[in-house]
Amino acid sequence: MSTVVGEMDHHDHHHHAPSGITRWLFTTNHKDIGSLYLWFSFIMFLVGGAMAMVIRAELFQPGLQLVEPHFFNQMTTVHGLIMVFGAVMPAFTGLANWMIPMMIGAPDMALPRMNNWSFWILPFAFAILLASLFMEGGGPAFGWTFYAPLSTTYSSDSTALFVFSVHIMGISSIMGAINVIVTIMNMRAPGMTYMKMPLFVWTWFITAFLLIAVMPVLAGAVTMVLTDKYFGTSFFDAAGGGDPVMFQHIFWFFGHPEVYIMILPSFGIVSAIIPAFSRKQLFGYASMVYATAAIAGLSFLVWAHHMFTTGMPVFAELFFMYCTMLISVPTGVKVFNWVATMWRGSITFEPPMMFALAFVILFTIGGFSGLMLAITPVDFQYHDTYFVVAHFHYVLVSGAIFSIMAAAYYWLPKWTGHMYDMGLAKLHFWASLISVNVLFFPMHFAGLAGMPRRIPDYSIQFADINQIVSIGGFAFGLSQLIFLWLVIKCVRGGEKAPAKPWEGAEGLEWTVPSPAPYHTFDTPPEVK
Amino acid sequence: MAEQQHEKYYVPASSPWPIVGAIGLGLIAFGAGHTVIDASKDADGWGVNVLFAGIAVILIMLFGWFRDQINESMSGLYSKQLGHSYRQGMAWFIFSEIMFFAAFFGALFYARVIAVEWLGGAGNNAMTNAVLWPDFVAHWPLTETPGGTESGAMGWMGLPLYNTIILIISSVTCHFAHVGLEKNNRRQLTGFLAVTIVLGLIFLYLQGAEYVHAYQELGLTLDSGIYGNTFYMLTGFHGMHVTLGTIMLIVMFFRVLKGHFTPESHFAFQATSWYWHFVDVVWVCLFIFVYVL
Repeated sequence: MSTVVGEMDHHDHHHHAPSGITRWLFTTNHKDIGSLYLWFSFIMFLVGGAMAMVIRAELFQPGLQLVEPHFFNQMTTVHGLIMVFGAVMPAFTGLANWMIPMMIGAPDMALPRMNNWSFWILPFAFAILLASLFMEGGGPAFGWTFYAPLSTTYSSDSTALFVFSVHIMGISSIMGAINVIVTIMNMRAPGMTYMKMPLFVWTWFITAFLLIAVMPVLAGAVTMVLTDKYFGTSFFDAAGGGDPVMFQHIFWFFGHPEVYIMILPSFGIVSAIIPAFSRKQLFGYASMVYATAAIAGLSFLVWAHHMFTTGMPVFAELFFMYCTMLISVPTGVKVFNWVATMWRGSITFEPPMMFALAFVILFTIGGFSGLMLAITPVDFQYHDTYFVVAHFHYVLVSGAIFSIMAAAYYWLPKWTGHMYDMGLAKLHFWASLISVNVLFFPMHFAGLAGMPRRIPDYSIQFADINQIVSIGGFAFGLSQLIFLWLVIKCVRGGEKAPAKPWEGAEGLEWTVPSPAPYHTFDTPPEVK
Repeated sequence: MAEQQHEKYYVPASSPWPIVGAIGLGLIAFGAGHTVIDASKDADGWGVNVLFAGIAVILIMLFGWFRDQINESMSGLYSKQLGHSYRQGMAWFIFSEIMFFAAFFGALFYARVIAVEWLGGAGNNAMTNAVLWPDFVAHWPLTETPGGTESGAMGWMGLPLYNTIILIISSVTCHFAHVGLEKNNRRQLTGFLAVTIVLGLIFLYLQGAEYVHAYQELGLTLDSGIYGNTFYMLTGFHGMHVTLGTIMLIVMFFRVLKGHFTPESHFAFQATSWYWHFVDVVWVCLFIFVYVL
């Protein structure tokens, strides 16, 4: 898409990375901060995953055997919160930090100190959230969506800690997003026009806009929960003239753009990988950009499809149903473009491509179940069942997480300077692919048959399905340890990676040596 | 990086302030959470100590960070491109603030147009009204809640109107101060800046007086139903923003006295001025939707 003119400058040898712990605490380097984000997100992925294991162990058989229902509720809640705010979002921010400056030929992020601040807030926020689990009365147990009055009238003391930890997570996300958006607007190398930017940059540009627009709304929602619970307001209490359904409107006005925040960067990653391993240009670059923008725009008009069963007026249900279905048009554009990119390509199946292909197929399955859920009358049956759980895990695990894995396999040689163990990577792929489907596919049937979500016990007829699901869950959890082992091995050594380990790859990041020098593009490259 | 053939983008060396800021925010979140929990039990706890420790750490961080920033700026390390970054960053920050207020305005509109009307039986909610809240008649301002709490309502004449006029004038004076800076007319700059600060302080004083009036004479409190909730949350968060804006203006005033800022380079002043105009626009929306309509 873009070629570099002139030679790279190599005069930054005297500017090596500082050593010791202060390097990581005080850093202003986008690559260090990117690595911090990625490691943090992986640790959170394992913590949140351990909670999922507790859930699946309890659900292995009907009846209550391992944990109390109240603790089960805390596990579903904190699992969700950690995976959304602690695993997926920081992983994407880490990728943005590492790759966006290199992709647009910038020396660093636009606001490097604020960048470090954004990261270091997160460990404190999640320490507070996790510590609240050990309080008297337990941690948050109202689901990651913290619907009122569960989070107000019926919640435990730890709610105040939950609220303030979400506040500082939000501050972190907003500052991170401002940094990304300003970097993209202001730091592009000469000649890197908007319509030459790699799609990963484009998708993050739009994601950052969504983040700045909706994270403050989440802050407002948690603030109202706080005052309702502790200061006697009645935003979500009919006796004072408020409405619990109003909570859902405010929450999902944040929440629906939020789910696109967790998938748009995936689209960018897959749009980088599929052309690289098909050895063809991305089909329909401009339409990809417009489709991303269309999805982001529509995401503000669909929030109430999460609330079809709250008794909204029929007109509102129809409006939100049609708007939701409209989203499948730009999403379809993307899927067709990826397939068209592969059409008659010279395809090879390296680990990044394997994950990217699995993404396209499995994300599309999740997209289709989303389309089913969008149909108002049908949603009345599916609402709050395992069908919903199956749907959003298909788009978030085999969607977002698989794309993050694909990104890691694609750029690990650039980050570490080493090739990773291909055999281990393929083992990780196949183990993940099979187990993720064993884990989530049967959930569709449990949901259609009426099994409710977020319940620690179930009727006996769901026993077989849940056993299969749990086995898939344990297998998927264990498979991720392969990835951990692979990354550690790759960081510590391995075959030296060339500047461009994938012959079909394009973009400025492949013009710098592997590992990428501590400072790249001190003077901007010129892009034709 | 001694030789500067190109105008290079300034990438600061590693800095302790971000991690100090993260610790400060962590302490504030943890302390504020425990302060609220302690207060709800009428217990004296250590939460408030942690909260104040966090605020102290943040103040130290702000002081140190801005000192570094000002020193870098004064020694000419900043390029025009960096100035763009700062300006765009500030603009997006203000956008995020607008969305924060949007959440509360959304709550106001939803409560007023939908929730209260439905409780009164509008739409297909006749049974909600007949069975659950038979004595409730929808009205706005909601001076009697479905649960029976009564309060007065705040009119728009008097204090709110004075405050609106004050804030609009202060926006104009702030702009004249900015024009003075750009024309390098330091007397105009300091004079209008001082007037802006005084107007901000008067606004805050009158806001306080209005709250006292509401609590003591109108019986309008934070917990007197959705009208009081939205009234205090919107005006309260706005008041916090005015306080922050006034502090920023005061800092700018002292920097101006020290001779900082030139007609070409004055990002901090510009950001403060944008922030002040933003606070003013929010107030005009507040005045219309909370007080007048």
